[in-house]
Amino acid sequence: MPFEYAPAPESRSIVDIAPSYGLFIGGEMVDPVDGTPFKTVNPATEEVLSEVVAAGPRDIDRAVDAARTAYAQVWSRLPGRERGKYLYRLARLIQERARELAVLESIDNGKPIRESRDVDLPLAAAHFFYYAGWADKLAYAGFGPAPRPLGVAGQVIPWNFPLLMLAWKVAPALATGNTVVLKPAETTPLTALAFAEICQQAELPPGVVNIVTGAGDTGRTLVEHPGLDKVAFTGSTEVGRQIARSVAGSSKKLTLELGGKAANIVFDDAPLDQAVEGIVNGIFFNQGHVCCAGSRLLVQESVAGEVLDRLKRRLQTLRLGDPLDKNTDIGAINSAEQLERIRTLSEVGEQEGAERWSVDCPLPDRGYWFPPTVFTGVSQAHRIARVEIFGPVLSVLTFRTPDEAIAKANNTPYGLSAGVWTDKGSRILWAAQRLRAGVVWANTSNRFDPTSPFGGYKQSGFGREGGRHGLEAYLDV
Amino acid sequence: MALTAPPLADVTASADTLRRFLRGLPPVDQVGAEARAAALATRSIKTTAKAFALDLAVRMVDLTTLEGQDTPGKVRALCAKARRPDPMDPSCPAVAAVCVYGDLVPVAVEALRGSGVRVAAVATAFPSGRAPREVKLAEVRDAVAAGADEIDMVIDRGAFLAGRYLDVHDEVAAVREACGHAHLKVILETGELATYDNVRRASWLAMLGGADFIKTSTGKVTPASTLPVALVMLEAARDFRAAGGRQVGVKVAGGIRSAKDAIRYLVVVNETVGDDWLTPDWFRFGASSLLNDLLMQRRKLATGHYADPDEFTID
Repeated sequence: MPFEYAPAPESRSIVDIAPSYGLFIGGEMVDPVDGTPFKTVNPATEEVLSEVVAAGPRDIDRAVDAARTAYAQVWSRLPGRERGKYLYRLARLIQERARELAVLESIDNGKPIRESRDVDLPLAAAHFFYYAGWADKLAYAGFGPAPRPLGVAGQVIPWNFPLLMLAWKVAPALATGNTVVLKPAETTPLTALAFAEICQQAELPPGVVNIVTGAGDTGRTLVEHPGLDKVAFTGSTEVGRQIARSVAGSSKKLTLELGGKAANIVFDDAPLDQAVEGIVNGIFFNQGHVCCAGSRLLVQESVAGEVLDRLKRRLQTLRLGDPLDKNTDIGAINSAEQLERIRTLSEVGEQEGAERWSVDCPLPDRGYWFPPTVFTGVSQAHRIARVEIFGPVLSVLTFRTPDEAIAKANNTPYGLSAGVWTDKGSRILWAAQRLRAGVVWANTSNRFDPTSPFGGYKQSGFGREGGRHGLEAYLDV
Repeated sequence: MALTAPPLADVTASADTLRRFLRGLPPVDQVGAEARAAALATRSIKTTAKAFALDLAVRMVDLTTLEGQDTPGKVRALCAKARRPDPMDPSCPAVAAVCVYGDLVPVAVEALRGSGVRVAAVATAFPSGRAPREVKLAEVRDAVAAGADEIDMVIDRGAFLAGRYLDVHDEVAAVREACGHAHLKVILETGELATYDNVRRASWLAMLGGADFIKTSTGKVTPASTLPVALVMLEAARDFRAAGGRQVGVKVAGGIRSAKDAIRYLVVVNETVGDDWLTPDWFRFGASSLLNDLLMQRRKLATGHYADPDEFTID
């Protein structure tokens, strides 16, 4: 008799979603001046969650002005130790409200509660704790005896890890003495708006953090605003290019964390069961909505059959469904638009001759869903081996020698992350030296820590977030 | 019945072929294996799934007493408990087996006659395994002759750690033969093998030697069974069958005291090897205090509140 897991839904009664939200400017939730309302939906059910504002140019003006005033009059004058106190307070409040924020994140984003609870929230709090510790020690960070902040930072973040990306942006900016105007992604504004409330709870001086919701137009208006000293963006390479163009010639400092097409390289001496776990975690974690997803599996030809058998068997145990169920492994695709992109690219994969295999599991009737999918027989010339799909789709390629593995792994316009699976320590070091990627994981994947810098090569962007390196992006050095 | 199917038959042809084979098994990454086990431990098993798991766990228990102070009276008491773990609840299933030292087998056989509960005996100089092979085999034959349905042997960890793999294999095979119709469980004592690579190799050795079950621990060594060790052994059993071998059961023993722990093991079984292993014929818990926590959680699920611990019998 099969062991069927009964539904184990996390209660959503802990979250209180308002029917509509304004903008968080100058420490208060305010009505828009020229913004227009739009709806945010639960991607797992298509249920409308709330109405938020697409901030207009005048709203952005207000937000940047509030940030400038807060910078000039309060935040830049505070000693580091005082800034640190606020950051510690924000970190503790995130921890205290972790369950609520995790549920909210899963509702708005579609990611499984297991991931928002065990990954997003602990890491977001850890990021604030980490940078809180730096706030009064900047003189010892290696950027001179008294490094200065830049001023007002405009930050635009993606929808895949809404609160975590907010933490990555806001924590180092505040620790170094900058003030921020942050725009969360169009489809996932709710945890950022909850963070606005946390800023109020922490009694953060008004204007130090401003949050303006909206879509691409709002983001463009923000990054092009002449009142900014710094622009930080995480998102697609395409938008990153536009931002780089618009910022060129201005005095704004820029950091970009963009797309990726990471290779997970499995050598024949790899710990195969753990490599399979790593492959699964690499591409199916967060439905593959991860810029550093291991979307290309490069497996040594001599073990390819065995690895694929193990992988497919393992994938059959993945549980797809209600993001709020504590046993769900694969949640919903974040938006109809993204689902369409994943479908289109998967069809392209088939048309170009790769063999498609999907987990045989029922998909819910409503909402945006895509089953975990593996393409075998993929070659470097296939589009699914080159384009970032940003979904639960793995392209499997093979290699014969270590040199070929490195050559194929590097043969991409991106360079955000890579993975190496081998039992041989010397080969790990050999490979890590040759892989042109900001992060190289050895016998693991998707590990993050606030102390460790993260960022890309080539079209994956520039600048680093996290660690001591992450301070540099917000200091005048 | 052939103990090893043709694809694996050559593996034990010589000490060299066996060593090469064992060293050729895919390695286990410690961090990855422990992370996988920890991830599975976060599964939330509630309501009907919990009821199913608790009953299954009761049916999988090898109720065990392995003490110097064991007496016929103690064993008879344990057997009564094995037949009817919860005397107030007729819906509560019996456990799988009672596990005792060899000299107490006749007492257990007598006390369990007609119940369907099996009698398991530890043998081969349990728990250390340090005795001449003839002595070990005599102990096995004696327990089988006394009516034991199952024999829990220990491997020679000294020989294993010294790299004398073929000796370990041959001893398992000799015990297998001495067992006759009785089922053979082979205890690896994973706490003494120390690495997951060793656990995987010892699992294969035991299965190649003819084990019906591979078992984690004697319960006399710390650490005893852990979730990642069980994961690695289940993977070995899965791969052994996939390579053309028989289906081999897995028994976890030592340190499993709570129903929560037991359910975590069942989740690991479910998501590593699947339904085929989710019966008392293929998965067991060697335990003593675990049973009462299973009973208490069972009652809690039925009535909605916890009963006084004295509602449940001590043995």
